[in-house]
Amino acid sequence: MSLALKLLPLALFLALAGFLAKGLTLNPTELPSPLIDKEAPAFVVDRLPATDGQFDSRDMAGQVWVLNVWASWCGPCVQEHPFLTELAEQRPVPVVGLNYKDQPEDSLPWLARLGNPFSDVLDDRRGDVGLDFGVYGVPETFIMDKAGRVRYKHVGPVDGQALQETLLPVIDQLMAETNS
Amino acid sequence: MKALLLVWLLCLLPMLAPAQAADVLTTFENEEQSQLYFSLLKEYRCLKCQNQNLADSHASLADDLRREIRLQILDGKGKNEIDEYLVARYGEFVLYRPRFSAKTLVLWLGPFALLLIGLGSVYLTARRRKTTDREQQIAAMTKSSQAAEQHAARLERARKLLGD
Repeated sequence: MSLALKLLPLALFLALAGFLAKGLTLNPTELPSPLIDKEAPAFVVDRLPATDGQFDSRDMAGQVWVLNVWASWCGPCVQEHPFLTELAEQRPVPVVGLNYKDQPEDSLPWLARLGNPFSDVLDDRRGDVGLDFGVYGVPETFIMDKAGRVRYKHVGPVDGQALQETLLPVIDQLMAETNS
Repeated sequence: MKALLLVWLLCLLPMLAPAQAADVLTTFENEEQSQLYFSLLKEYRCLKCQNQNLADSHASLADDLRREIRLQILDGKGKNEIDEYLVARYGEFVLYRPRFSAKTLVLWLGPFALLLIGLGSVYLTARRRKTTDREQQIAAMTKSSQAAEQHAARLERARKLLGD
């Protein structure tokens, strides 16, 4: 029997062990978005407060922008709020807040109390836009490039580490890209 | 007797309870649509509570997806189109039975490949053992025939000595 054949079971075992070890380190609640590198779903929704008119996602064409899905009923959204404020202060990109399955009488006081980091607050009280973006929990944060593609998705609250190590570098990289 | 009947009826209650989590809007134009709806709900995973299908889940996302699926069925869409809709948003993971594609190739064929490898190695081992057995047998037979020849030669020599 050749040496290679003899080592085959060991190789198979190591490969399997490798896969299983990888599986242990993955977070099962974080699902990769199938939208990455695809065109972001286009949508038109009401702004909040309702007097501010409608928002058309196609108007964002040509610039890098951030869509943060949040709700006043969502605990982790309070946690991530200061980091979104920091994001909006540190980079000149619109941070759009999609108010997901929420009521204006709850969400507007929430923003008034904590401060409003969003360039636009959008009313998605039925969760239709969320559905189009494949949102399965709040908060979730999407980053769109100049060509209107979804380039990055962050699941769960943005914290200091995610902001410094991932979101800001991704935004810088996308801003440096020429519009293709 | 009445009390017994009451107890019996109370025992039946839990059987009625889990009728469907999806009891809000389940009216359809015909039986076919309704059947498609309920069979589809068992095919899709609730993303929020990953070990439940849409039929079992009470998550609000599951409500939304059920509503959407119902509307699409009323729109005349079939299983494939609805699969497509969900996979485009939530990825292959939303399907309890992943589709056959380059990405899920290993998932589908892996077990069969492992089975083949296993059977192959069993066959090889068995064949090798058989050959070694035969070789040993032949060796033993050769040995004994050599011994017999030697014995015959010795006998012959003894007979000659005696005869002389």
